Amino acid sequence: MRFIFKTSYAQDITLARHGGHVFWYGLLGVLLVVAPWVVPEYWLAQLTFVLIYAIVGLGLMLLAGFTGQFSIGHAAFLGAGAYTQGVLANMGVPFPVALLAAAGLSAAVGVVVALPALRVKGIYLGIATLSFGFIVEEVFARWESVTGGNAGLHVKAPHLFGVDLGSSEAFYFVCLVVAVLSTLGILNLLRSTTGRAFVAIRDSEISAQSMGIHLARYKTLSFAISAALAGLGGALYAHKLSFISPDQFNIIQSIDLLLLVVIGGLGSVHGAFLGAIFLISMPQLISLSKGFLPDVIGQAPGLQGLVYGLVLIAFVMFEPLGLYGRWLKIRTYLQLFPFYRKGLFKRQKSFTKSDRLR
Amino acid sequence: MQVLQLLLSGIAQGCIYGLIALGFVLIYKATETVSFAQGELMMLGAFFAFAAMSMFGMPFWLAAVLAVIAMGAFGVLLELVVIRPILGQPQFSIVMLTIGIGYVARGVITMVPGIGTDTHVLAVPYKDQVWKLGGLVVNVEQAVVIAATAVLCGLLFAMFRYSKLGIAMQASSQNQLAAYYMGIPVKRLNGLVWGLAAAVAAIAGMLLAPITFVHANMGLIGLKAFPAAVVGGFGSLPGAIVGGLVIGIVESLAGFYLPEGVKDIAPYIVVLIMLMVKPNGLFGEKLRKKV
Repeated sequence: MRFIFKTSYAQDITLARHGGHVFWYGLLGVLLVVAPWVVPEYWLAQLTFVLIYAIVGLGLMLLAGFTGQFSIGHAAFLGAGAYTQGVLANMGVPFPVALLAAAGLSAAVGVVVALPALRVKGIYLGIATLSFGFIVEEVFARWESVTGGNAGLHVKAPHLFGVDLGSSEAFYFVCLVVAVLSTLGILNLLRSTTGRAFVAIRDSEISAQSMGIHLARYKTLSFAISAALAGLGGALYAHKLSFISPDQFNIIQSIDLLLLVVIGGLGSVHGAFLGAIFLISMPQLISLSKGFLPDVIGQAPGLQGLVYGLVLIAFVMFEPLGLYGRWLKIRTYLQLFPFYRKGLFKRQKSFTKSDRLR
Repeated sequence: MQVLQLLLSGIAQGCIYGLIALGFVLIYKATETVSFAQGELMMLGAFFAFAAMSMFGMPFWLAAVLAVIAMGAFGVLLELVVIRPILGQPQFSIVMLTIGIGYVARGVITMVPGIGTDTHVLAVPYKDQVWKLGGLVVNVEQAVVIAATAVLCGLLFAMFRYSKLGIAMQASSQNQLAAYYMGIPVKRLNGLVWGLAAAVAAIAGMLLAPITFVHANMGLIGLKAFPAAVVGGFGSLPGAIVGGLVIGIVESLAGFYLPEGVKDIAPYIVVLIMLMVKPNGLFGEKLRKKV
């Protein structure tokens, strides 16, 4: 059991709380840096995808997990970033400029979506974002002069100062740098007044408002940052796949992203990464297990959907804080050993909070 | 004449949206949760009817009645096993839960040997018949959809207006705690509402089946019923049907008069405009939270 003795206020908001944090995250950092020389090519590609999805997941986590606004159309922002990057990269725009443009354009789109979001909440917001996602997908498919329509768009490899970043090792480092920067950005944001305002809005809009938080401004800001991160992820995604088409940004993708944040653990930055690992490793595990299942189940096209659905139901019912919540419990168990009590994390019974009060 | 023809097919399609939306609204009113699995319940109902007819050789009407009853029971069971334990948790959790249920339903149906992976035709007795009224060509399938929706709405209206059960449901949807104090078994009612919603979804599925086909992804049409529910106002039963009709007609007209591709997104454009202009929908009550 570790007791942190605080001797200054700055200690309340430091990123690394104690020596253990420094050691373990340092070790993780070292492992990630040496990964390209240790890990086989295939797993490196998977690791790159984990990083990309984690960046997108961070964005959605900020929106859904910390601001409490959930979006069922997040693939639209992903797509906006991917297509911006694709088009700009093919025009020969330098990589970092294109990346910033992708994030910026997605953020602008996010602000546009946030406009109706200011008037509606709860399920209406979900439906507004869902509708928006469908419309954007159709735009990708129909605006053929720019996006190439349903035939898709090939994206050239990224270049920076004459260095080709297209090789899988180089691109892995690009993703790693972007992921680390966005994580630090989000962590910094969350310990600032802005981040506190987001959390306040999540917990109660009315009390946030009465404490002087401008709801409209902060919700829009949250949408914009979330969309920018999704766009950033989308831009990297476009380069990684080097081919994008509208059906990669459909409702299924949006729901996958929601799955990522819910299974990772709503309201935790770790959750974005754990969720990304889940989302990338699950199809592999499923295809590995196919051999052991009877043909009727193993060869059915719906197997992946079934597994995702079951996992999702199980998490919502038994582990609402997701993978990160499970880890918290294990850690607490180890820290308190042998004094862990069963009811320590028991969910409180509560009444449905009605949005329809009169 | 052209316009009338388009309107007719729009209304028929709109009735389907309306019926699915009715399921959303029923559940939302009673338990204030939104079910994303409504389309999948519809798909299961259609598959049940199809399986009863093709595997056990039942006549259509018997299969239809059985499917409605079975789906009703399934809805009650679903509420009991999955939904009830997490009532009171944030709305978002329940939305994710119903998305999960939808995934599972779609996955399981593909695992039923010989049925799940193909598209099927539901052999209804009125298949491919046409009435001619003057210059107007009426598909009997569409007429049946419209008639069945009208009858169903009448029945539901009568139930909510005159039966003890319906009045109890109204009471519990207005204020669960007060209804509970008055001796209404709120939990059991919530289960029944889920059953009712699933039964309505099964009817919608069987009405839709002759127009499209029976296949594992037919439930995705449920996503188009959300706009219908929002346009009508999420908490209003007649609003759901009217919203469905609006969406159906807009879609049908957009498909004919506007460029290709607009048809598919017309419902979503309508709902976005609706949310900006009148977020409570056509029939929604204007409610404000007071502290």
